[in-house]
Amino acid sequence: MATLDRADVARLAALARIDLSDADLDRLSGQLAAIVDAVATVAEVAGEDVPATSHPIPMANVTRPDEVRASLTQEEALSGAPAVEDGRFRVPQILGEEA
Amino acid sequence: MSDWTRRTALEIADALAAGEATSEEVVTAHLDRIAAVDGPVHAFLHVDADGALAEARAVDAERKAGAELPRLAGVPIAVKDVLVTRGLPTTAGSRILEGWVPPYDGTATRRLRAARMPILGKTNMDEFAMGSSTEHSGYGPTHNPWDLDRIPGGSGGGSAAALAAFEAPLAIGSDTGGSIRQPAAVTGTVGVKPTYGGVSRYGVIALASSLDQLGPCARTVEDAALLHEVIGGHDPMDATSLDEPVPPVVDAARRGREDGLKGVKVAVVKELGGEGYQEGVAQRFAESLDHLRAAGAEVVEVSCPSFAYALAAYYLILPSEASSNLAKYDSVRFGLRVDDGGSTVERVMAATRAAGFGDEVKRRVILGTYALSAGYYDAYYGSAQKVRTLIQRDFAAAFASADVLVSPTCPTTAFKLGEQLDDPLTMYLNDVATIPANLAGVPGMSLPAGLAPENGLPVGFQILAPARADDRLYRVGAALEAALDAKRGGPVLAGVPDLEGAK
Repeated sequence: MATLDRADVARLAALARIDLSDADLDRLSGQLAAIVDAVATVAEVAGEDVPATSHPIPMANVTRPDEVRASLTQEEALSGAPAVEDGRFRVPQILGEEA
Repeated sequence: MSDWTRRTALEIADALAAGEATSEEVVTAHLDRIAAVDGPVHAFLHVDADGALAEARAVDAERKAGAELPRLAGVPIAVKDVLVTRGLPTTAGSRILEGWVPPYDGTATRRLRAARMPILGKTNMDEFAMGSSTEHSGYGPTHNPWDLDRIPGGSGGGSAAALAAFEAPLAIGSDTGGSIRQPAAVTGTVGVKPTYGGVSRYGVIALASSLDQLGPCARTVEDAALLHEVIGGHDPMDATSLDEPVPPVVDAARRGREDGLKGVKVAVVKELGGEGYQEGVAQRFAESLDHLRAAGAEVVEVSCPSFAYALAAYYLILPSEASSNLAKYDSVRFGLRVDDGGSTVERVMAATRAAGFGDEVKRRVILGTYALSAGYYDAYYGSAQKVRTLIQRDFAAAFASADVLVSPTCPTTAFKLGEQLDDPLTMYLNDVATIPANLAGVPGMSLPAGLAPENGLPVGFQILAPARADDRLYRVGAALEAALDAKRGGPVLAGVPDLEGAK
């Protein structure tokens, strides 16, 4: 299986929306390569005939009654937001200048 | 004068019911103890003295007026900072949630409040429960009360240390790969991971949703059972919650202590022992097996060959699910925002997550992003899910020939702070014996097996039972605890150093 190099880690960090400095990349990419090598052993025993398990205790079609009940007020829902305006979440610009 | 901090939850509950103490006295004693020792121990991220005392006084007033109260009413509890508590800061050990005060209660919090248990505060943990030492907390590590230079385990090191330092008689933990059981082992306390779905996860900050389980932490098996009954049971707010009654855990603990283990078949898991396990750990484990035999149990050995791949499968499944769960920390609805005023939301998000997440969270989110990415999904996440099936089959075969499985909880006693911090793979090995239970969804308990002769530090004994048979953990655990206490002349925690006056 492929291993993980510094460029891969930089690309994955960008996908995961985490800025990494050069020092972060140096430190994390070596550790991540070692971890990937160690976990790749799962392929040794994962034969074609083995079904996958996603959930330890199988359940299906779990529903609860569709009833109106108390929920957070608008004020409560906004109470932890970094920025609020007119009763809504205020966010930084979505598109950059060049868009 | 009676020192309420040294009593079990059951003793406190009985004393309150008998009018020999007030909840205010008991809560005050614990707050005083926290003030005296939590500087050096650092089990708590937040202490709610006013809230705990107000609830204690309310319980006392109702009791005085003759009201019928729940069994643990007035008995204080510490809550891991992963469980959402309305009005009390909740961070999951992360700087990205610093200062967040939840506008709602998790279901387990509601049940603690309904049981009228004063909440002393929120306990320290590895950031988003990722770690085995609490050193990955964004707020500094917790120290092991047995030796302040050593780790208290993780991720629930704060809850375990609070118990071992007599700062609380009961605590809430969460266990994704061993975060209740491993801290219990290295602090000489009791911790239980219930069957997956046994305790609601509504309002529990998610790490890996197919593995996470909330559970009780205590100093005795029976205390853990009492707390298990309070927090367990079906919750329509959690789609993975089991719609069935809580197994009879309190009765099972009483039965184990009083009636022994005649007719119980205990199997030692061959793969969870031997090479890599510290000498004193192996010795105390072997002695515990002798006690189980003496209590009437039949002890055999089973082999679970796929357990050799559990750690690898876990470190694919957990990061994959965590990378998805942690996408919600996007600087928009709650938590940190690092904004220079001119950047796009995408840039703000990346800067916020860089500043708010610690190294271990970054490692795992990046690893999970990789494992789920196109072209690698089948080889990594897909294969890990197949290993999960193989591990479940190993458990099914083992439980066909035994009532419970046992092993040391972890390979070593508590290591020194800083010792494994720069070596993630070595750190991951601490959970090698606890992870299989999470992958299969089965319940597990750790209880103290004594102290390792070579360093005088606690050793944990792990018991695993089939899904939905949590009561078996308590029966076997209580029998072993009774035998060990009788031989020792008291609980293992009697040997914790006096922390008052520690630096």
